[in-house]
Amino acid sequence: MIEHLPALMIAVPLFGAFTTPLLKKNYKAAAVWATLITAVTLGMSLLLVREVLIREIMVYVFGADKPTLVLPSGYRVPIRIIFEVDAMGALMALSATLMSFIGALYSYSHVRNETGLEKYYALLLLLEVGILGMVLTGDLFNLFVFLEIAGIAGSALVGFRNYRGEASEAGIKYLIVSSVASLMVLFSIGLLYGEYGNLNIAYLSTQIGFNTVDIIALGILFTSFAMKCGSVPTHHWVPDAYTEVPSGINPTLLVATYASLYALFRVSFSLFGKVSSEMSSVGWIMCVLGVLTMFIGVTMALVQKDVKRLMSYHAISQTGYMLLGVGVGLAVLNDPAKLAAFGRDAMAGGIFHIINHIIYKSLLLMTAGALFYVTGTRNLNEMGGLARKMPYTTIAFIVGAAAISGIPPFNGFASKFLIYETSYQLSPIFAIFAMVTSVLTLASFVKVFASAFLGPPVEKYEEVKEVPRSMVVAMLILAALCLLFGLFPNVVLDKLVYPAVDALLKLGSYQTWGGIP
Amino acid sequence: MTWIESLTLNSPSGFWNPIVWLAFLIVFAVIGYVIYSRGNRSYKPNTDQVKPFLSGNEVEDVEEIRVRAGDIYWGFIEALKGYYNVLMRMHSGDLRDYILWYLGLGAIILFILVGGV
Repeated sequence: MIEHLPALMIAVPLFGAFTTPLLKKNYKAAAVWATLITAVTLGMSLLLVREVLIREIMVYVFGADKPTLVLPSGYRVPIRIIFEVDAMGALMALSATLMSFIGALYSYSHVRNETGLEKYYALLLLLEVGILGMVLTGDLFNLFVFLEIAGIAGSALVGFRNYRGEASEAGIKYLIVSSVASLMVLFSIGLLYGEYGNLNIAYLSTQIGFNTVDIIALGILFTSFAMKCGSVPTHHWVPDAYTEVPSGINPTLLVATYASLYALFRVSFSLFGKVSSEMSSVGWIMCVLGVLTMFIGVTMALVQKDVKRLMSYHAISQTGYMLLGVGVGLAVLNDPAKLAAFGRDAMAGGIFHIINHIIYKSLLLMTAGALFYVTGTRNLNEMGGLARKMPYTTIAFIVGAAAISGIPPFNGFASKFLIYETSYQLSPIFAIFAMVTSVLTLASFVKVFASAFLGPPVEKYEEVKEVPRSMVVAMLILAALCLLFGLFPNVVLDKLVYPAVDALLKLGSYQTWGGIP
Repeated sequence: MTWIESLTLNSPSGFWNPIVWLAFLIVFAVIGYVIYSRGNRSYKPNTDQVKPFLSGNEVEDVEEIRVRAGDIYWGFIEALKGYYNVLMRMHSGDLRDYILWYLGLGAIILFILVGGV
């Protein structure tokens, strides 16, 4: 049974997505069913993480006599679709399932007044399927298919509140941006397939020679995944989409964005890992994009008045830290001494920041959703004095704001600490930008706190009260995780993050599907 | 390895232990409270004693004063007006611009990689 886990991780939410529309007449049943499916998938992802930590790599070959039969007798290259799950993929799968569960729980009350909720929950589960497929697969074309599934489900959810013109516009924009990126990914996959006649990432990585066609494929893949993960200067779709999507979908959409970041790392370290000396320049590009992303993101956030748009720009800014951390590791990949001295720790900082950011940014976007739920506006100029009315939301916001600003002992500090120290070793200017960005992040959240939660009460919100229990529970779970990950960063680093870093660095193991000669 | 060491996050040039940090925070909070509790006991809340003194002028009720979110950091934004003008032009909201930025970034990356800069 355990050996079928990678396939079940897709099958269960897919089954949930196709059965949820059957509960059209009872939105509560649809919500409970979706929450149950996401909870089961979360349980399976915990099992998957445990298995991957024991075996290093888990392989699932679709249609083979045995799920682990990569090369049937007489075959020298894999011909079937293969899921190849290492610690990096398992970490992302855990993030996706946790955030889908939290999102479904939060949505129970948050969207109860909307119509078409069976479609909402079906799309949420479909988005989860897309993300899980992207992070579990070991096949390039399969990656494209799941990228498309996530893109289409995501854009439908962004435009879910189609009675709002802005939501429809954001949904269309997200759809077109996703389609352009996916089309170009497909084009570069076509280049590699035409050259090497195979789509398996592990096999392709043994063949890559870094000729001009390979470089063009790499450049297109890099740019497309950079746009999908919200890197500057291709980040413009992020504030549109994150602002308009219902807050219960924000956590899953956030993981969908970082599934593209995962794909960028997979391409850089696994697909093109063999040519590590040439990848050094790609690492530098990643670092520079990271610094630009964090600084432009935070300065744009500082001038926003729409609370969700402000937080969306912060999501862009925080992506910069991840690009910088992993970029430092990639830049020194061909230098074993520097990789051991600080490159591995830099990658750990970047990857730890992915999971930390997913947690605290989901929390912050949910608090923004809670503000919208009670006030009916996202405009900070119209809010004030809500701390007395919404004590749990206020606590959740303070925890999230402290975490994103890198204030100890919350989780954001631990990953930023690693990124500051290691990026300084590559170039002090990177670390300076990273620290200035943190200061500006804090300034920006002080503004939100002061204008929404503090100050005299606003007359029209005299009667408002705290949001419903399911929303509070979802926010408090994430707030608790922010504190726990911050108090015990070593536990997370040792159990989840360093195995993920080593999975990216151990190319030989990935190329041989975990040891198949 | 002691339990304290097992919770210490080592970096290339330093370390971070949140539990030790928390312990120090508690110690300093207690010291702060001790100093506070030894303060002037003649303080009387809800009297004229606690009102701000503005040369004898009437002080406006602070409950009526609200700083709108759009006005916070006005000075910072004004000082960086040139930078923000460029940034605002970059964020046009036009989908065609989004694709142009994508093409531009792709062209630069391909130029660097193919050209071997």
